[in-house]
Amino acid sequence: MSANSPFALLANATALPWAEVPEFAPEELVQATGKELDRGARLCSWFGLSEGPAVRLVALIAYDADNSLAVGRSRPFSGKYPSLAATHPQAHLFEREVWEQHGVMPQGHPWLKAVRRAGEAGPGVIDFFRVEGPEIHEVAVGPVHAGIIEPGHFRFQCAGEEVLHLEIALGYQHRGIEEALVGGPHRASLSQIETAAGDTTIAHTTAHAGVMEALAGAEPPLKAQWLRAIALELERLANHTGDLGAMAGDVAFLPTSAACGKIRGDYLNLTALICGNRFGRSLVRPGGCRVDLEPARIKTLAERLAVANAEADEACAWLWDAASVRSRFEHTGSVSTRQATEVGLVGPAARACGLVRDVRFDHPCGWHRFAQAPVAVWPGGDVFARARVRWLELQRSGRFVADELSNAPDGPVREPVEAPAPDTLAACLVEGWRGEVCHVALTGGEGRLRRYKITDPSFHNWTGVAIAMRSQAVSDFPLCNKSFNLSYCGHDL
Amino acid sequence: MMASVEFIVRIGLWFLLPPLLPGIVNRVKAWVAGRRGPPVLQLYYDLARLWRKGVVLSDLASPGFIAGPAVAWVAVAGAALLLPLGPLGSLLSFRGDVILLVYLLALARFCTAWAAMETGSSFEGMGAAREVSYAVLAEASVITAVLALSVQSGSVSLARMMEPAVGSGGVLLAAGLFTVLLAENCRVPFDDPATHLELTMIHEVMVLDHSGPPLAVILHGASMKLLLYALLLVQAVVPLGGLSFPAAVAVLAGGVLAVTVGVGLVESLLARFAFRRVPLLLTTAFLLCLFALLVAWNGGAA
Repeated sequence: MSANSPFALLANATALPWAEVPEFAPEELVQATGKELDRGARLCSWFGLSEGPAVRLVALIAYDADNSLAVGRSRPFSGKYPSLAATHPQAHLFEREVWEQHGVMPQGHPWLKAVRRAGEAGPGVIDFFRVEGPEIHEVAVGPVHAGIIEPGHFRFQCAGEEVLHLEIALGYQHRGIEEALVGGPHRASLSQIETAAGDTTIAHTTAHAGVMEALAGAEPPLKAQWLRAIALELERLANHTGDLGAMAGDVAFLPTSAACGKIRGDYLNLTALICGNRFGRSLVRPGGCRVDLEPARIKTLAERLAVANAEADEACAWLWDAASVRSRFEHTGSVSTRQATEVGLVGPAARACGLVRDVRFDHPCGWHRFAQAPVAVWPGGDVFARARVRWLELQRSGRFVADELSNAPDGPVREPVEAPAPDTLAACLVEGWRGEVCHVALTGGEGRLRRYKITDPSFHNWTGVAIAMRSQAVSDFPLCNKSFNLSYCGHDL
Repeated sequence: MMASVEFIVRIGLWFLLPPLLPGIVNRVKAWVAGRRGPPVLQLYYDLARLWRKGVVLSDLASPGFIAGPAVAWVAVAGAALLLPLGPLGSLLSFRGDVILLVYLLALARFCTAWAAMETGSSFEGMGAAREVSYAVLAEASVITAVLALSVQSGSVSLARMMEPAVGSGGVLLAAGLFTVLLAENCRVPFDDPATHLELTMIHEVMVLDHSGPPLAVILHGASMKLLLYALLLVQAVVPLGGLSFPAAVAVLAGGVLAVTVGVGLVESLLARFAFRRVPLLLTTAFLLCLFALLVAWNGGAA
């Protein structure tokens, strides 16, 4: 499929001289990207690059079946270009983002509006899609929520208890991470990457390290790759456990809810055992890892992991045994396989629609080239499927970490990395617990970062939440939302 | 003289005892979940704290926003005084007092819904709509249960209706009334009193904008209603008539405790139902009460 691609191919976590990226006219780039998406490719990232007063579009697509990525760019232009979202909905947020950041108009975009800010008024103060009719009522939720969660605004168009349409307005957490990285890497860059989405620290820092290493033409030591893979799975274990507990809490099923809150803490403490921080801050660094894991701590880790895995198994068994839970989870918030493909869902949300889509399997890099956990897939696309995929991944990641702990390579965990090569583009995908984390970096003439693009899985998946809510009861929204559990700050950057 | 003392003592009991029940429910839930949980007396502390606080009032709200909870509390208290307390009998008893009791509870609900609508919040309107639509089904069960008691005792006065032991219909009636108790008091599987998610709430969302003393009145009224239903359930099912005074009081208290622990256990072990399935469960409760009525009609023989 990728053999006759018009784009330049590259493997995951590798770099390519900027001059080798094929250049198209804007409308040709849109057309070529659309054609590749029709052939089964997937849009990983789509962003603008300022060239003086003009803008260049850059497209990064993934051929999952061929384990390769491909990149293309447009010639600098200004004004407008034909919209890709008109035919391929997975591009809709990307095009809105480019319009917001660079002012180029995607002609024919079905719903063009700001993604993160709307002028002076701030996020959320924009026109929403409205359903008219005497029986229709509008429910506005957020940005201040009842729980201690991040801010986001949800606008429901309801007929009684039934949701006809949900529109999600985000942007309250926009901190300008991508802009701050330009001219870098700076001293603060790593801290900024670590907090792009605080619960996905390992995935984001691993993607960043992958990009920086690719730009420098370096490969991190084997032991660092091993440690990153273990930390990544621990992050997945902690968050999936927390999510299953929170979903049980949303349907007021106390046993699993209470137990999972505690087990999540146990998993987080395993990450703390490795690097001293429960969320894996300051573990992954370009060139390797900041700390080593010696045999004594490997042994402790393995013992505590086995206990936590057993407890998680038991807590989940209660959940699956309860008929009352099953009746709440099944047929709630369904997303069809076709919808999931069209909007470009990633991660457990996509795998719960029966899509075999996992970066660790499709685009392995680092330790995942040598060791893999089976991809967890479940059909159905409802809350039940999303919970089930998490549970499968809990088991498989738990076993994966247990296996790999006994398989530690020797050698150092960190080696110095040279300065990035000038005028080079690098891309790295990492399967975080929410899905595909995509980092793309482009260096300028002096080897400093000219453009850094982060795509959190939440950016792809928020549309999935809106689709899942169609013709659902409005009271099921918290449950649907929790089954995706997307990041606000990862989307807002 | 004696009558006024008794009145004061009864009011005092109804004032002081009910907040204990939610404390016990929460304790049971905490125990099942392996947590320590809040103190049993937590609701007392909450009420004292709320009573000292100020009130936040919406510009849109009419005096009904404050009057609603007050009238609702008085209505529930009135219903409580009509209810006989085992061997103590009822303070006020007359032919058809059971109908007044049912109507007082309906008045309390009307006032809560009215106060909720006063804020103009879409959440509270949604909650009021849900509460009222489930109440229609729950009330049918209550009235059927009352009919069953009335048929088997041949009376429409609560004091006499509670006296005779219920025959084989007792089990049916107990199951039906317990389900109604869960629905009327907004417990799992109908509602989740512990949730913070406005979109899923029924009762909680109606009182979202209340604060300070009015909220305290609402919370106390809710606990009073829970005790009222627990007492009604125990007396409708357990024959207390033949027991000595201390034994009857002990059985009554034990019964209320058992019902409260039962609520806690249901809440611990069952997930909440989806809204679309709630009518199914309430219809089941109605049918249970209806069969109890049929058994009563048949002279207590199944």
